[in-house]
Amino acid sequence: MTDLGDLQCPVPKGDYDRVLMAHGGGGRLMQRLLGEVFFPAFDNELLERRHDAAVFALERGLSSPRLAFTTDSYVIRPLFFPGGSIGHLAVDGTVNDLAMAGARPLYLSTGFILEEGFPVADLRRVVQDMHDAADAAGVSIVTGDTKVVERGHGDGVYINTAGVGIIEHDLVIEPASVRPGDAILINGDIARHGIAIMSVREGLEFESAIESDCAPLADLVGRLIAEGLAVHCLRDLTRGGLAAGVIEIAQASGLQVELRETAIAVRDDVLGACEILGFDPLYVANEGRFVTFVPAEQAERALAVLRAHPAGEGAAIIGQVTAGSHPGLVTMQTVTGTSRVVDLLSGEQLPRIC
Amino acid sequence: MRFVTEYRDAAACRKLAEAIARLVTRPWTLMEVCGGQTHSIIKFGLDQLLPEQVTLVHGPGCPVCVTPLEMIEKSLELAARPDVTFCSFGDMLRVPGKSQDLLAVKAGGGDVRIVYSPLDAVAVAQEEPEREVVFFAVGFETTAPGNAMAVYQAKEMGLTNFSMLVSHVLVPPAVEALLSSPDCRVQGFLAAGHVCTVMGYGEYEPLAAKYGVPIVVTGFEPVDILQGVHACLKQLEEGRAEVENAYARSVRHEGNLPAQELIREVFEVVPRKWRGLGEIPRSGLSLREPYAALDAEKRFGLTETEIPEPEACLSGLVLQGLKRPPECPAFGQECTPEHPLGATMVSSEGACAAYYRYRHVGGEAPV
Repeated sequence: MTDLGDLQCPVPKGDYDRVLMAHGGGGRLMQRLLGEVFFPAFDNELLERRHDAAVFALERGLSSPRLAFTTDSYVIRPLFFPGGSIGHLAVDGTVNDLAMAGARPLYLSTGFILEEGFPVADLRRVVQDMHDAADAAGVSIVTGDTKVVERGHGDGVYINTAGVGIIEHDLVIEPASVRPGDAILINGDIARHGIAIMSVREGLEFESAIESDCAPLADLVGRLIAEGLAVHCLRDLTRGGLAAGVIEIAQASGLQVELRETAIAVRDDVLGACEILGFDPLYVANEGRFVTFVPAEQAERALAVLRAHPAGEGAAIIGQVTAGSHPGLVTMQTVTGTSRVVDLLSGEQLPRIC
Repeated sequence: MRFVTEYRDAAACRKLAEAIARLVTRPWTLMEVCGGQTHSIIKFGLDQLLPEQVTLVHGPGCPVCVTPLEMIEKSLELAARPDVTFCSFGDMLRVPGKSQDLLAVKAGGGDVRIVYSPLDAVAVAQEEPEREVVFFAVGFETTAPGNAMAVYQAKEMGLTNFSMLVSHVLVPPAVEALLSSPDCRVQGFLAAGHVCTVMGYGEYEPLAAKYGVPIVVTGFEPVDILQGVHACLKQLEEGRAEVENAYARSVRHEGNLPAQELIREVFEVVPRKWRGLGEIPRSGLSLREPYAALDAEKRFGLTETEIPEPEACLSGLVLQGLKRPPECPAFGQECTPEHPLGATMVSSEGACAAYYRYRHVGGEAPV
């Protein structure tokens, strides 16, 4: 056997000294950036929970009301796509991050970075979409900021939103609450948003346009909680898709997860686009999909609540949590009945040669 | 989805697996040539459905994997030039050279663009006449017609700012190189369906006869692969060594004749170095003399420097089917998709990357 100590490696050790696009892809490189740059610098107990939103009490004592607080930035191209726009995303994305902490979203802030030369008519459309999305989600946009950068230093418009919501129940909805035996539910088919964006960006034409699944989820989450279900954890399945969302929870909770491939729905047209691009739908972004972790005995009730709501008509039970000997491991029973590991990607999925 | 879902059907897979189990009376070793097939086998756990006596080893059919380091260095050199717009398929961007990859060149200011077709790169050259547009032409016979068409069209249009960095390889010479090695333990081959869609399968017939091995043209979905395995094992058990087409919905004996004609018009067969395997005679394609002006290596005067592979890396043995990825001591330790030591961990189609992605359970040997 070769002595690995003498190894002369002609390739880099993966520690890039500049930011790559892949650092924003929701995969391993991004996890490393968070772990090596942000977490050590901002080190605090709330951040350590690694949830979609930070949850804190206003004052000491069990009776104190709890708030959820989150932020997100939106840098997508194209700005308008089948089923939505950057305006819808900027509101729904932040509303959904609050919902994933079990909060009822109340107020949003917004910051605009506009590029010199950006058409005001487009800006109006974006702002109108934000207004409509805020109305639909029952939130108000109450403060904001606008900056303009020189032509060539932006991509039309970048939007940041932050949001606060109130938690009106006693559940602690976070990865640490997940227990062995929990059932995992999803509220519909996957991969639609990412493919809608890719089809427009790459000029792929299908018989009919694939529309984004972009939708506010707070109302649906509110129904689950109002039903008295012991919701242990929620996660929206945006960047990195279903795979990244479930792996993050498995790792944060130190438990194992088993998924069932046959229970995970992918629409035919979306699957076709994935086949053309060489993408695995498990890793493609969604903007209106989330997973719910509840005790197994409540799974059927949770499923009924999800299916009764317009944002959850395609809901399904897709897997369960186990204690297993490999904390953080996610496996999947494949369509052929065998089992495989579901692993985090390095960065973004890249279209393949053949 | 038609033509996909029915070929991933669990009941059909089970039936084929049972038929294979009834058929097999002794140990056999088969090689699937194509990285796409390796990926399917590991992703869908098809090897777990087979009897223990059947061993699948993974072949050299991953174009990203076998592109030599020297060629990667050339791509990095070109991509870093301020006058060059470097266009490539997405999966070449993460392949490391001596000290960096195309993604890092891009982050450092290089104009590197992902395209879906070489014709997109031709369009970039038309739209941006002030830029030197270079397309990285990597692949087997599958991508050769598209790349040939791009060069052909660029010449017809009289484009003076388009060129191609060509690192094309051919499957049959690699199969012959494996078969002629005294170490070869492969008893039957699953040939790559896509390659045969373009080239047909006549060129495998002399190989099957000369080396006495069955070669079965095989598709990429679970049912396709199990059908290919079944056909190959049936021949072995019956003592036959023929070329057989188990992917008839896509492959004809003569292949796609206009595509072949275009390949011959633009490219000529040359010796080519394969990463992990070394130089194989008559195993690559290079632009013919009338298209020399579109050859990026000539246009930019690129020179060749030999770059050694790390010794710990067993990718050469993996590509020859002599080792399986988990048998490498560096697998999952020093060698991961983020820190690939060699060819087969680099690409998502590579055998080591497939095992890492679908079998690796952290810190331990894959299951």
